[in-house]
Amino acid sequence: MPSIDIQDFHYAYPPLGRDEPEWVLRGVDLTVEAGSCVGVMGPTGVGKSTLCQAIVGIVPQLTGGIVRGRVTVLGMEARSTSVADLAQRVGMVFQDSESQLFNLTVEEEVAFGPENCGLPPEEIGDRVDWALATVGLIDDRHRSPYELSGGEKQRLAIAAVLSMSPEVLVLDEPTAHLDPRGKREIQSLVAGMARDSGRTIFVVEQDADWLAELVDRVVVLSGGRVALVGPPESILGDPETLLGLGVGPPQLSELAASLNRRLGTGFGFTRLDEAARQLKEDLAGAR
Amino acid sequence: MHAEAQSGTGLRLEAVDLTFAYPDRPPALSRVNLSVERGQYLALLGQNGAGKTTLAKHFNGLLRPSSGQVLVGGREAEGQGIGELAHQVGYVFQNPDHQIFAGTTREEIAFGPRNQGLTKAEIDERVDESLEAFGLVDQADMPPAMLGYGTRRKVALASVLAMRPEALILDEPTSGLDRRSVIELMVMLANYNHRGRTVIVITHDVRLVADYIPQCAVLQNGTLVAQGPARTVLSQADLIASTGLSLPPVGRLAQRVGMPDAELPLDVASFCMAYRSMRGMGMERDA
Repeated sequence: MPSIDIQDFHYAYPPLGRDEPEWVLRGVDLTVEAGSCVGVMGPTGVGKSTLCQAIVGIVPQLTGGIVRGRVTVLGMEARSTSVADLAQRVGMVFQDSESQLFNLTVEEEVAFGPENCGLPPEEIGDRVDWALATVGLIDDRHRSPYELSGGEKQRLAIAAVLSMSPEVLVLDEPTAHLDPRGKREIQSLVAGMARDSGRTIFVVEQDADWLAELVDRVVVLSGGRVALVGPPESILGDPETLLGLGVGPPQLSELAASLNRRLGTGFGFTRLDEAARQLKEDLAGAR
Repeated sequence: MHAEAQSGTGLRLEAVDLTFAYPDRPPALSRVNLSVERGQYLALLGQNGAGKTTLAKHFNGLLRPSSGQVLVGGREAEGQGIGELAHQVGYVFQNPDHQIFAGTTREEIAFGPRNQGLTKAEIDERVDESLEAFGLVDQADMPPAMLGYGTRRKVALASVLAMRPEALILDEPTSGLDRRSVIELMVMLANYNHRGRTVIVITHDVRLVADYIPQCAVLQNGTLVAQGPARTVLSQADLIASTGLSLPPVGRLAQRVGMPDAELPLDVASFCMAYRSMRGMGMERDA
């Protein structure tokens, strides 16, 4: 059974005044297998965040608006299962994750979710320790969330969701507003979670070079629908198509295309290891 | 773009032994010497907290030095009022909501020119040109606060450019923008600069600088650690690493295939050139 099953999903936010409803999503079809890591790309305004929020039930339960089609997560229909019930198995870190933080200490922030599920105290303590260790904040448990750096705040927001032990984790542009150091912290954390846990990860991201290293499948949204879906090597390895859809390709796949054009080579790579391997082989051949 | 058709004269910006400390804090800037020539296009590069924004805010009088001097157009900024500086040095905030306040997009853009004492006809002309140039004609009578994030960024930029400042400073203008919007923005800035005006972009994105910006200055912990042509400054891999910034993917690939650290290519075109000569040398050795 897929973790996330989206069928012909349409959504329009509540219209302002007497305007016609404006459809943000116009027939999204997508299935995500349990335990896989899927990266979602698309230009601004294409409905990436809306889709994330539909998976955790916020759209349409808290936003209103008009829905057609269905989103099923772990066998639960997202629009008719309460957001609170969904949140116990499906976690989401918002684009503006700082707005998710509101407790006085790092530890309280992470304990908040499990406490509200009425878990026994020992269980809560174990989960907090594990979540903080996973994101590398175990020594910061008594600090205030507000004195953390950008990368640390984002890691804390992830820990606060992880402590619910969700089977599905939705991340909406987790590195968009971080500096290079923060970005590296989050990238290696998410890569570790994708490798180890068997958890399904659904991550919206503009950094194609990072997605190329991380995900099993890439989805590109355009015009409120899924325009492309497939393994990263084929989707991200076609820079021209991506640019046509308003999505930035990995710099390495642009490089491969450019080298092929100028030098007549036959390179095809999207990831650093693969690129280094192919270039070294080519250089050895040239010598 | 009609609005930019008239050439500017540019403005020289200079910091001399500039030190600045917020009350009861260690200095955010220590003895910074930076000169940005008339009509120069410069990236101010560094990690979060390096002092980039603090330095830039001295050029439009939002901050005043604790010691040292700031010169705008050869005159000490200290003696010029914020209003006077604002006409010469346009500043676009990282967060558009820090500057957007008017009831309509048209009003937002008209605010600056009106404060410059232009006639109604001149104001209308500039507003129409800006709306056109930024593709905001359809949003002219909408409240800017209700527009999407990417569009609010455009309104913020359009309202500063409508004053046609001789120097323009933008704080992290590309964060959160998709690839197409980044390209549009960078083309617009290049045009603005080609008319002889000074442009400073604050960023932590080495790839952006390598791809688009000719000059660069690097700040680390409040100290200026490098300034010069971007190609020369950025190709020092050890400097980039020591400031916590990230090399673009092609730079990391260049390291992996053994290109010399002191002259790493950081964009696709220069990688292709370096690779061609690396390959050619191998063949010559054989022959």
